Amino acid sequence: MTTNTTANAIIGAGTGATRSKDWSPRTESILRVVAPVTLGIIVLAIWQFLVTVGGVSDYLLPSPTSIMAELVAYWPAVVSATVLTGTNSLLGLLVGSLLGIILAAVAARWRIADQMSAPIIAALAVVPIVALAPVLNSMFGADSQFGRQAIAAIASFVPIFINTLRGFRQTRPVHRDLMKAYAASSGQMLRSLTLPTARPFILTGIRIASSLAVISALVAEYFGGPRGGLGSLIATSAASSAYSRAWAYVGASIALGLLFYLATLALERLVLRRVPTGGSR
Amino acid sequence: MSDQIPTTTSAAETMTGAAGADAAVEVRGLNKQFQTASGIVHALEGIDLTVEAGEFVSLIGPSGCGKSTLMRLIADLDVPTSGELTVFGKTATQARLDQDYGIAFQQAGLLPWRTVAANVALPLELHGVASAARRTRVADLLEMVGLTEFADRFPDQLSGGMQQRVAIARSLAEQPRLLLMDEPFGALDEMTREKMQTDLVRIAADTGAAVVFVTHSIPEAVFLSDRVVVMSPRPGRISDIIPMRLDAAEGREERDDDLREASSFFEMVTEVREALHGGASDGENPAPRAARGVDTR
Repeated sequence: MTTNTTANAIIGAGTGATRSKDWSPRTESILRVVAPVTLGIIVLAIWQFLVTVGGVSDYLLPSPTSIMAELVAYWPAVVSATVLTGTNSLLGLLVGSLLGIILAAVAARWRIADQMSAPIIAALAVVPIVALAPVLNSMFGADSQFGRQAIAAIASFVPIFINTLRGFRQTRPVHRDLMKAYAASSGQMLRSLTLPTARPFILTGIRIASSLAVISALVAEYFGGPRGGLGSLIATSAASSAYSRAWAYVGASIALGLLFYLATLALERLVLRRVPTGGSR
Repeated sequence: MSDQIPTTTSAAETMTGAAGADAAVEVRGLNKQFQTASGIVHALEGIDLTVEAGEFVSLIGPSGCGKSTLMRLIADLDVPTSGELTVFGKTATQARLDQDYGIAFQQAGLLPWRTVAANVALPLELHGVASAARRTRVADLLEMVGLTEFADRFPDQLSGGMQQRVAIARSLAEQPRLLLMDEPFGALDEMTREKMQTDLVRIAADTGAAVVFVTHSIPEAVFLSDRVVVMSPRPGRISDIIPMRLDAAEGREERDDDLREASSFFEMVTEVREALHGGASDGENPAPRAARGVDTR
């Protein structure tokens, strides 16, 4: 009996751990958490040791403890900056997802739309989206977040569009024949067959796009616009040689990116666990 | 779809059956050509066939003889190159739009994200049957194929045979007057296959539906059918149409496992095999057959 291999393969890429014969499943699941945490602690310890004992200048490479101290000292600013950048990323991701799915549906339905959009999508995929940041910032004014949200939306649009379009093309001939035999309308076809078939692909697209949305919203802040986001605070802290504070904001950016990735991964797993995606004959 | 069709149509009756307007399927001079890279392939050539209402007809022949293509043309999944094809006196397209037939393929083709019950409900849902009526109908159908306790499972939790039974339940959902089946038991093991054949004979007799059944198993065709249509490949033609004269089976509901061991069954198997291999079986057959195919011998 075949199981939902597509879904497993997609999710499996995230976990990736292969099972060792020597350990029991219980030991192994504990190790899966303990091992990376231990590694992290060791790295932090070496870092701290190099800065305090090893003579690396604290000015060049701030120690983990001084970064922590800055993080605590500037906690309200860190939180508000994270919320601001997070909101921009989320709005961008949502708009990008909607546009990506709708336009992929259009491109899947009408071949001409696909042919017309293919070069634009290819261009969007290769152009560094943040290169648009200065342009959009001056277009929409220095006090508007719109430029950053637009950049996050464009950046997340591309992987979602490409994955969704691929998903829409995965319908099996026997299912298409069946829907034709039932004289299903094109709306019914989309609802009952095409969208559910594409679901795992759409979710993978959203997961990939989630990290891109955060990165591009953050990097876009380096190119002007209103202050207050993580990106602009990293830039200003570094410019004023407050390296520990800059590192504290970098830490918050990593946490934000992880949050987005894990949230979309959880969404993907939740949906695909409840609804099988393959394996019928 | 409320009018009842007589459940028994014996081979003798159908042999003389002139092409009435109420024939389930009426095919005249049908041709189908496919354009391929290496030139035109004649999938079907000069097909004449009548399937009466309530009649069980099997299409048998080697790979590439066009039997599946013929079924797909009847289902309006493909369009014939030339010739006439009517289903219940309508064009194939109109019959499809009117949902005059139910269909089952070699693959079960269940939607993997739908439960067994939701898969059976799919055609009812697409055609706007109210949810209460839908539930009752689905429960009845699942009981008929013996899968009541699997209603909430997903297809990937079922064996191949069970999936195929779900597909058959789905094809019967709207009580079609015509069932089109393309090797639905092809992927099943022998035990399941025989059980499904017995079930299908019973179901077809109960519902009075005409059946066009594509297979490449001779015993299967003989066991199920009122008539067996023997086809030959390149180009796909009907080489013989053999009425089944099975003593044990006056009506189809009489057919059970005893028939598989009856001598008349083996005689029919032999006759079909000889026809398939181009052997001369002319003299043995009753002379005038109304719906006779192009004779290639």
